[in-house]
Amino acid sequence: HVFGIWEETAVPGENPHSCQKMANLQLKGLTAEDEFPDLSQHNNHMAKFLNMDMYKTLRDRTTPNGFTVDGVIQTGVDNPGHPFIMTVGCVAGDEESYEVFKELLDLVIEDRHGGYKPTDMHKTDLNPDNLMGGDDLDPEYVLSSRVRTGRSVRGFCLPPLCRRGERRAVEKLSVEVLGSLTGDLQGKYYSLRDLSEAEQQQMIDDHLLFDKPVSPLLLASRMARDWPDARGIWHNENKTFLVWVNEEDHLRVISMQKGGNLKEVFTRFCTGLTEIESLFKNKGFSFMWNEHLGYILTCPSNLGTGLRAGVHVKLPNMSKDSNFEEVLKRLRLQKRGTGGVDTDAVDGVFDISNADRLGFSEVELVQMVVDGVKLLVEMEKKLEAGESIEELMPTQK
Amino acid sequence: MAKNCHNDYKMKFSSDDEYPDLSQHNNHMAKVLTKDIYAKLRGKSTPSGFTLDDIIQTGVDNPGHPFIMTVGCVAGDEESYEVFKDLLDPVISDRHNGYGPSDKHKTDLNFENLKGGDDLDPNYVLSSRVRTGRSIKGFTLPPHNSRGERRGIEKLSIEALATLEGEFKGKYYPLNGMTDAEQEQLIADHFLFDKPVSPLLTCAGMARDWPDARGIWHNDNKTFLVWVNEEDHLRVISMQKGGNMKEVFRRFCVGLQKIEEIFKKHNHGFMWNEHLGYILTCPSNLGTGLRGGVHVKLPKLSTHPKFEEILTRLRLQKRGTGGVDTASVGGVFDISNADRLGSSEVYQVQLVVDGVKLMVEMEKKLEKGESIDGMVPAQK
Repeated sequence: HVFGIWEETAVPGENPHSCQKMANLQLKGLTAEDEFPDLSQHNNHMAKFLNMDMYKTLRDRTTPNGFTVDGVIQTGVDNPGHPFIMTVGCVAGDEESYEVFKELLDLVIEDRHGGYKPTDMHKTDLNPDNLMGGDDLDPEYVLSSRVRTGRSVRGFCLPPLCRRGERRAVEKLSVEVLGSLTGDLQGKYYSLRDLSEAEQQQMIDDHLLFDKPVSPLLLASRMARDWPDARGIWHNENKTFLVWVNEEDHLRVISMQKGGNLKEVFTRFCTGLTEIESLFKNKGFSFMWNEHLGYILTCPSNLGTGLRAGVHVKLPNMSKDSNFEEVLKRLRLQKRGTGGVDTDAVDGVFDISNADRLGFSEVELVQMVVDGVKLLVEMEKKLEAGESIEELMPTQK
Repeated sequence: MAKNCHNDYKMKFSSDDEYPDLSQHNNHMAKVLTKDIYAKLRGKSTPSGFTLDDIIQTGVDNPGHPFIMTVGCVAGDEESYEVFKDLLDPVISDRHNGYGPSDKHKTDLNFENLKGGDDLDPNYVLSSRVRTGRSIKGFTLPPHNSRGERRGIEKLSIEALATLEGEFKGKYYPLNGMTDAEQEQLIADHFLFDKPVSPLLTCAGMARDWPDARGIWHNDNKTFLVWVNEEDHLRVISMQKGGNMKEVFRRFCVGLQKIEEIFKKHNHGFMWNEHLGYILTCPSNLGTGLRGGVHVKLPKLSTHPKFEEILTRLRLQKRGTGGVDTASVGGVFDISNADRLGSSEVYQVQLVVDGVKLMVEMEKKLEKGESIDGMVPAQK
């Protein structure tokens, strides 16, 4: 066969997706079979589902912004994964990715989010009054509490696809919005590029600073381009409410404080988020959201609430108990080390958070953490006293 | 010219909105890319869809080093050098000693034109090596090519190399599929290349889909080696122990020409034109793409205050024995030609042959405690 002759097969003009031209640019003689990735060594959600037929269908499409199936899957092709840890292996480049590539992404979503179906509806509940308790987790055990989520600004491409102009526009908007927060939420923005040495050190000490991604999972999906252009950190004076701009998502919003008052953390979280959303709306911008997938974020694993609520909690005895994993599973919680994802626990202190993101509301997920951690601390106390925890074993939530 | 619709989408933002922040940067691209040039070129793309932002991404992401001037841009296809000439011509000129947009490059792969080179003292010259790259016409380059293209290149390469005979008879080892034993052997022979870790390369998208369609071919004698789909479509290397650079260069030229004939038969000759010579991914490798060098013991000369000056005048450069950006070990240096574009293969290898011969003589003088002041050459 003869290579090297570019062929445009689509007709320009009326086609609303004029990017079809780009999608149909095919090196003469190259077929889907020629292009289909070798996924034989791979263990991730994308590799589980992407087959030749699906690839054939999807490679002829692009989103209106020009994102292709190869863009969606590149990170999963480049990172075969780990036998024990199931990574997602695909990303969205824009809001439309979830629609244009639904044949793949619906299956990935279903597999990752406990059987969530294409027809399911996701409930959003950011009313902190609906949370029961959560203000009395024992501070002898619960050292700190934190809730984070992400938000994407509708009308802009997501980090794998966005260019400098867009990223800067997202930053500019965000800085304006955050600049008008008041009271407990009043704060300051620090662009990564302009951080002084002193400011940088302070942020590291406060555990606020994010750095250029080094994980090949993120680098392969091109999220670190142009670093540190238009990236920054905003936080309030009390350092209890924090927003990361243009890291893995347009916005990452974090509420945190020492001790076990998760209710207060969640209340500030909801109030802040709602206020920010309202300020964006005043400027004519909204967050990406729909009633099926909830909040739209870059990684399919963060759809729905995008929420991870957790505590750092001392469980030296409980964590060594043979029932620990089972208890977490039943409580729909997950453990991490105190450095975050893929780190180890230090001195028996664990990061315990909700495992789910989609199919449950924010209130429901935080409730699970509140109730679950309360129970875990009771179990820890029992074990300390040399007593059995059999009777405290929960049922599957 | 085909349209890249994501590029069109970006056009909604003004040129100033999109122009990269190059204030911390020290590379050839950053030196040259003004707002005007950016504005002029940002709406363009090559027929395969490569855009200005693609060209410069590696240079934006890697600000560089105060001491080392990286290139900061890559080509995505043959047409990049034409479509984006307003950026790449000045980069080329800056990198290649003032090479002008209308200059002609001479290709000379006739090894018989090399004088001497068969008698570099093996007590000092431990090994000799010549490498170059080749791009296959009709395919886009590593920053841009798709899996299907890369596999097409691999397939063609395997076919071409399989027809070689005599001293060139050899075997292909795909990166994905070699046995542990084969891998061990390739490492022991210093043939194996690994997934790029340098951000200069990864930011340019060259490591995508690794190790799909990447591999190593070498002849049975292990003196002629081809890397497939690493930083260029092909990297061709001729090497052997000792100082017989003439023999290394002969094998290099003969092997290259045999390979080129076979690709031409398939209507996929090498990318070449009379202005830029052989077209490769990195503008620094245009022209001959040739680096001819030796590993040579120069413990005394290398500590002499005039060492750098001598190298400059001989148009040579030094590296450590691990290759680019490594340090020398035991006074052994990798000495090779500094130029790539504007002079021929024969000329460049001649510089290495003559230059190394002189440096070994200087080393011997210094060993005897004698001065080398009278031997310092004029600027070549």
